[in-house]
Amino acid sequence: MASYDITVNRKKYHVEAEPDVPLVWIIRDYIGLKGTKFGCGVAACGACTIHMNGNPVRSCQLRISTLPPNAQITTIEGIDEKGAHAVQRAWVELQVPQCGYCQSGQIMSAVALLAKIKKPTDKDIDTAMTGNLCRCGTYDRIRKAIHMAAENPDKK
Amino acid sequence: MIVYGRPFTWLQKIPTRNNPKNNIMSSNHVTLQGRRDFIKKSAVAAVGLVIGIDSSARAYNISNRLSNAGTFEISPFILIDAGNNITIVNPRNDMGQGTIHSVPAMIAEELEVTLDMVRIIQSDGKSKYGAQTSGGSSSIRNLWLPLRKVGAATKEMLIKTAAKRWNVSVADCYARDAKVFQRGSDVSFTYGELAEEASKLEVPAEPVLKKKTEFRIIGKDIKRKEIPARTNGKAVYGIDVDVPGMVYASILHAPMIYGKLVSIDDSAALQIPGVLQVMKCERKMIHRDVDSVAVIASNWWAADKGRKALKINWDTSGPEEKIDTDGYFRECYDAVSKEGVNHLEKGDFKRKFEAAQKKLDLTYETPFLSHAPIEPENTTAHVKEDGTVEIWAPIQGPGETLPDVANYLGIPAENIKIYPVLMGGSYGRKAYIDFVKEACFLSNKIKKPVKVIWTREDDITQGPYRTGMISHMQGFVEEGKVTGFHHHIVGESILRQVFKGLGENEPDPWMGEALEENSYQFNTQKISFSNIKTEIPIMWWRSVNASNLGWGQECFIDELAHLAGVDPLTLRLELFENQRFIKVLMTLAEKSGYYAKSPAGTGKGVAIFKAFGSIVGCCITVSRTNEGVKIDKVVSVIDCGMYVSPDTVKAQTEGNIVMGLSAAIKGGITIKKGVCGQSNFNNYQVLRMHEMPKVEVYIMENDEAPGGVGEPGLPPVAPALGNAIFAATGVRYRNLPIDLLKV
Repeated sequence: MASYDITVNRKKYHVEAEPDVPLVWIIRDYIGLKGTKFGCGVAACGACTIHMNGNPVRSCQLRISTLPPNAQITTIEGIDEKGAHAVQRAWVELQVPQCGYCQSGQIMSAVALLAKIKKPTDKDIDTAMTGNLCRCGTYDRIRKAIHMAAENPDKK
Repeated sequence: MIVYGRPFTWLQKIPTRNNPKNNIMSSNHVTLQGRRDFIKKSAVAAVGLVIGIDSSARAYNISNRLSNAGTFEISPFILIDAGNNITIVNPRNDMGQGTIHSVPAMIAEELEVTLDMVRIIQSDGKSKYGAQTSGGSSSIRNLWLPLRKVGAATKEMLIKTAAKRWNVSVADCYARDAKVFQRGSDVSFTYGELAEEASKLEVPAEPVLKKKTEFRIIGKDIKRKEIPARTNGKAVYGIDVDVPGMVYASILHAPMIYGKLVSIDDSAALQIPGVLQVMKCERKMIHRDVDSVAVIASNWWAADKGRKALKINWDTSGPEEKIDTDGYFRECYDAVSKEGVNHLEKGDFKRKFEAAQKKLDLTYETPFLSHAPIEPENTTAHVKEDGTVEIWAPIQGPGETLPDVANYLGIPAENIKIYPVLMGGSYGRKAYIDFVKEACFLSNKIKKPVKVIWTREDDITQGPYRTGMISHMQGFVEEGKVTGFHHHIVGESILRQVFKGLGENEPDPWMGEALEENSYQFNTQKISFSNIKTEIPIMWWRSVNASNLGWGQECFIDELAHLAGVDPLTLRLELFENQRFIKVLMTLAEKSGYYAKSPAGTGKGVAIFKAFGSIVGCCITVSRTNEGVKIDKVVSVIDCGMYVSPDTVKAQTEGNIVMGLSAAIKGGITIKKGVCGQSNFNNYQVLRMHEMPKVEVYIMENDEAPGGVGEPGLPPVAPALGNAIFAATGVRYRNLPIDLLKV
């Protein structure tokens, strides 16, 4: 067992865990933030997508011991205090989720995309979102919601 | 022919091994037992209203737990406290199909409350809520009248109470927004002020229901209240449940389906920090029991690591080694040339087919498929020393699970508390509760709360699967008209394999009736069935057999149209007498621009299928590219009669388009010597964003009885694609999946 200090959603946590525990389980079961989901364990579905220093990463592939020093981790719970990020508002407006299980990962990928490209094309959306599976089949609404969020960004 | 009741009502009652037929035949109406004598006397038609204070309706859900003090249960489904806080109990757990909104909406409509005013909680499997299985696209269909009556009866009791207090007639009162008003005055009582007294009244047996023109919720585009929680990480799914003191389990299932456990070497596993215990586990499938080994640990990662360190000897010498999808399909093709048993015969098909000049005799193949919900199977169970049990599970059928688990554990149902939690997808999988019983088994051994989480590999390699099938199709043309049609279904039957409910030489009634519903008019017609038995575990998968049979039926109609020299959509219009099918096709033709000339290198294909009481037509446009074929656009038209939530109807139909396309163009499940050839989303692919075509969904408006919505959109998708590829390229695909890059 080893000790780790990690920063999640701008808050510091002290965690005692084996070095090879993937971040998805650290976030869910050690820190208790359940919004990040387990789906495949092999970076093939995107349900566990979080941000590390602003970049979308699959937290099932990131071992706690390999986190870079001062890594800033952001989860679905941390993208907006009120859960009203432009992407979340568009998701609600277009009623995107069906079961909703993959949507934390979808939203994290979409937020990262819009941080890099203010007005993404359909092609940009394809590239950024193709690693996030939705078995319920909400892709069409996800695409529309990303365009909607791009048109109505947060006033900050 | 044996009649088992309507097709696809099976999910209402999962039959037991002992008596499959009786249970399949049992009614899926909501029937509730009254707890007080006068209620029994009140002769309520479909729903008994039970009055009193009850604490058992609490459930884990998006909503906070119910506080019980001073809450009056006007019916099992409606709880009102003195502060006018209103709770509606939803008896159909949500897997993404929207029942958490659309089912309570039916009560709210008649109760005259808005959805903003109520808290919605999930029923817990207790029999007072009646059947509680989400499945068979049946929730709205089966509850349309019963739950509206629940709302209307409660409203009438509240109005009667207010009228009495004001000493006026009930005609002088009306209800609106959780209050009863006296006409022509500002005087009102809240429901909370009336609830206690109202709860003592006799329940009206035939409350007056609102007319469609009076609806304020049903049929209206109202945003789902639970959606924000599904965008901010707050929605609680099965896998998110935490119980104090719980341990975690990862279970090694036999790599070869049904492999028998010979020996366990757990020495390496027990060395892994966090691993507490290794024990033999059991997987209770409906039709047989399977060996497995569980590793229990203080966290799930350690449990899974321990599981990977197990050294197990499996006995793989049994007949199961022959379980093989290729072998199964070989047997299916061998049966194609043989006569099946008839489900339906109109005219002498065989004689006319042999004599016909213009005819086709073709086979269409659909593979085995996995449900692969993104949330893997999981359950947390606590079997306590004192003989009580708590279970937190993402399941489609709490009402079926409760007695099933009680029987399994040998513990009375009244000592078992089930908290049905949101499902992160299901598509039929979480109506099958093998994973729930695993958690119960382990907790029963160690008497601690145990959380079982399957890996994706467990989910994909263990089944049960959508069955693979062959549609052997024969048809002929007489005097330029398609007049002869034979659908010879070849494959395994859920009724036979899982429920042992199909005799030798009996046609599968569910499959036969699924085809009969599709009421094309042929002079000479036959539906027959050849049962090819397999032990590859199968079960219902979104739209069940319709997902197989639609492929053969609708591609073959297309081929016959070309044989007769008629446009495929026009032929379908000629073959239907039922106006609902015709209207769907006409609307589809209009919305898709079907009859406009397609540019070179593009093509449109159509298909139509009725399943679960609804008709869906689908038109797909494809175009040739340098790398095969691309799907440009999918237009679907659904006639589901009256509906509750138009946005949910659209969302479900969109979802069915995506799942139908995955089934059409992505690989299926293959099994060799009992071992599944796929294991995770890298080799069991589903549709991804970059493959997503444009979609449009249109709903037919009419006053017909509600049909299903969760599944009917799927069956026409694959054949519409196959027909579109033929239109664009002249290449006819008869076996799924289609590799678009190789067309």
